[in-house]
Amino acid sequence: MAELLTLSLRERPVTVENFLRVLTGRLPPSTPRSKRLLSDDRSNILIYLTGHGGNGFLKFQDSEEISNVELADAFEQMWQKRRYNELLFIIDTCQGASMYERFYSPNIMALASSQVGEDSLSHQPDLAIGVHLMDRYTFYMLEFLEDIHPASKTNMNDLFKVCPKSQCVSTPGHRTDLFLRDPGSVLITDFFGSVRKVELTMDAINLTDPIKQMEEDPVNGEEQKEVYSYADQLPVSEIIHQKPKQKDWHPPDGFILGLWTLILLVFFKTYGIKHLKHIF
Amino acid sequence: MEAAHCQPPPREKWLLTEELVIRPLHSGDIYASFQFRTLWDTDFMRENKVSHYRLFPKSLGQVISKFSVRELHISFTQGYWRTMQWGQPFIPSPPGAELWVWFQDSVTDVDATWKELTNVLSGIFCASLNFIDSTNTVQPSASFKPLGLGNVTDHSFLRYATLPREIVCTENLTPWKKLLPCGSKAGLAVLLKSEKLFHSSFHSQAVHIRSVCQDWQCKTTSWELRQTLNSVFDLHNSGQTKREWSLFKMFSRTLTEACPLASSSKLYIDITDNPQGEQFELSPATSLLSQAVVLGDRRTFSVYDLTQETTFGTVRSLNLLIRWKSNEGEMLRPLLHAERYVAGYGLQTGEIHTLMYNNHPYRSFPVLLLDSVPWYLRLYIHTLSVTSKGKDNKPSYIHYEPSKDRVKPHLLEMLIQLPPNSVTEVTVQFERALLKWTEYPPDPNHGFYVGSSVISSLVPSTVAMHTNSTRERPLFSSFFPCKEESSYFVRIYTEPLLVNLPTPDFSMPYNVICLTCTVVAVGYGSLYNLLTRSFQIEEPNPGLAKRIANVIRRMRGVPPL
Repeated sequence: MAELLTLSLRERPVTVENFLRVLTGRLPPSTPRSKRLLSDDRSNILIYLTGHGGNGFLKFQDSEEISNVELADAFEQMWQKRRYNELLFIIDTCQGASMYERFYSPNIMALASSQVGEDSLSHQPDLAIGVHLMDRYTFYMLEFLEDIHPASKTNMNDLFKVCPKSQCVSTPGHRTDLFLRDPGSVLITDFFGSVRKVELTMDAINLTDPIKQMEEDPVNGEEQKEVYSYADQLPVSEIIHQKPKQKDWHPPDGFILGLWTLILLVFFKTYGIKHLKHIF
Repeated sequence: MEAAHCQPPPREKWLLTEELVIRPLHSGDIYASFQFRTLWDTDFMRENKVSHYRLFPKSLGQVISKFSVRELHISFTQGYWRTMQWGQPFIPSPPGAELWVWFQDSVTDVDATWKELTNVLSGIFCASLNFIDSTNTVQPSASFKPLGLGNVTDHSFLRYATLPREIVCTENLTPWKKLLPCGSKAGLAVLLKSEKLFHSSFHSQAVHIRSVCQDWQCKTTSWELRQTLNSVFDLHNSGQTKREWSLFKMFSRTLTEACPLASSSKLYIDITDNPQGEQFELSPATSLLSQAVVLGDRRTFSVYDLTQETTFGTVRSLNLLIRWKSNEGEMLRPLLHAERYVAGYGLQTGEIHTLMYNNHPYRSFPVLLLDSVPWYLRLYIHTLSVTSKGKDNKPSYIHYEPSKDRVKPHLLEMLIQLPPNSVTEVTVQFERALLKWTEYPPDPNHGFYVGSSVISSLVPSTVAMHTNSTRERPLFSSFFPCKEESSYFVRIYTEPLLVNLPTPDFSMPYNVICLTCTVVAVGYGSLYNLLTRSFQIEEPNPGLAKRIANVIRRMRGVPPL
């Protein structure tokens, strides 16, 4: 069954370590299912990264970077553990093509907004806030994708043509040598949308026997004569007379002092009082 | 009072009630409070597992049975509740995320269960609750008594944690709405659209699970799930020129039907300050009126019953309109109100001041102050001072648990009697710690948050409160159980604090590496050279003129130069 899984990590959990852990699946056992990438060898994964970057790295949260080597190794781990069938990697940063140079796992197709040595530029500023809202490559790609509907037959070659140099100022690049299929035969909807296959059938299907409703125990009013009541929200007298519970056992006061006095006394008794004047 | 000869209707196993209370505030803002309550007569603690969930969400039911939860309260709030301008909220909540849970006494390792529970809840509500660990969890010793049924109150089964930095957004609203039986498709929940809800001054959504009495005899219990959403819409923020509110303006939707699964679906408008209609005008008019005693005051409400077809009129939709006529009117001053701030200068020391105002003219009442301060603000408890009206006010109960670096926070609980018509000031000095350089978040100069203080109090009430908890009451008046008639329980939260910690120079590791490598290279390199270089004497190469002269001398047979 085709399922669209979207994970959301927000703000502080978005570090390089967490990102790689989500990709490779090496998460602590208490992580809830909604924060895991539950993909298998029939899943197509789309990874889209944007932000500031450079030759061989992408910045995360202004304090750390992820390098192209780390990313390539993470993808290889995913391939070895059969965590993806096909992977589409789109990156919109400065010198984005450097990020996909190091990939070596099969079935990865990569697109970048700029080549090594070029900068990716942003699209338009918002005059009310004073910052740029979107990058050019992302803007034109979004424009292109808005025309795609779930039954569309457009293939990857059209995606490679998005945002030529005249619109983007930088030269977008792509890498398909690791992909086993011909990019012309890969539909965009393989990665960007999921269509559930519905099978219609006219046959009758036998269901299992209906589950018998359990006989409710007769209200055991005979056993539970206990009347419940709500707790007092601020029982002042109870609180004042509450004794604090000490969790750890500490030796009574003065015990340590007495112990040391005993040790010193025994020492001086054995070795003679003449040592005392060296101490005091 | 409840006639014993009057047969109550046969109790349904599941019961859903939804209500929306709209209270126009004096500043022209509107306070809207949604409450959805599901009652379920079942026992999670039985051996045979519960498997048929109808109105109660399965995800929460499984959480309750797996982690042996007795009571669970979780809230997500964006914004701070301004008590002086808006009065008291029906359901109080601190900014950020807050979670407090009472476990059953059958739980052996409460801390491990707490950790698992927070992870599961962070998955259900799409929030970063997995950041709750021992450094921000406390075990209050007197506050946060259970709001549901139960005779045993051993505080070792209680855990309280707050994340003041947590942001609430659409991502949290969507799973919250999914827990409702009707979702956001019918009933009052159709109004919950995120574009308008988050465009407000205050937004708080919460889930409260507890066990309540099934009937007046209270021999059997049922589970109650309350989902509450409080919102304050700002007049000026929404760019309105006229002081006029309608459901469409607030929520960009109107009501068309009640949730079919709900047994009661009502809309209450607070018209206490508007008895003759001189403050504001309400349309469409309704004849249903109801009175309720809530927060120590008797309030009058106009009621719109959404289960009746006539409420929606001929247009089949209800778009309530509130038009303000005059600006007069004083708001009732809240009897209890608190503030908190950090004083001091520099990045080494500081002082936390908490001010509690008792505005009652002649009655004094006790308050229980709970402060949970992170370990990196080292409190000096010997400087703790509580003063009222300039004189020292000794608390009748103090519980202090010191912090342990990187393990647990400070916990300070005090029971203080506030004298009438006074300001009580609690001050404590602290020193800021220098963290390890990897412990700083990516934006260390933003500051570190200290969670809100919680002030629980029994405030004297002007009207007699209803102590019979099983009478059919609107949801907004039955949240806190009432034990006596002359006072009501209230919990208020102060502002969270934002404290700057001294930050190290984050480029130092790079500098150290460069310097060390240079020193080692230069120092060791030179020393190695000196020790291992061997010197050979070499004849200097004579100049060209001398060489030619030597050649000529050799030819002449004369010794060379």
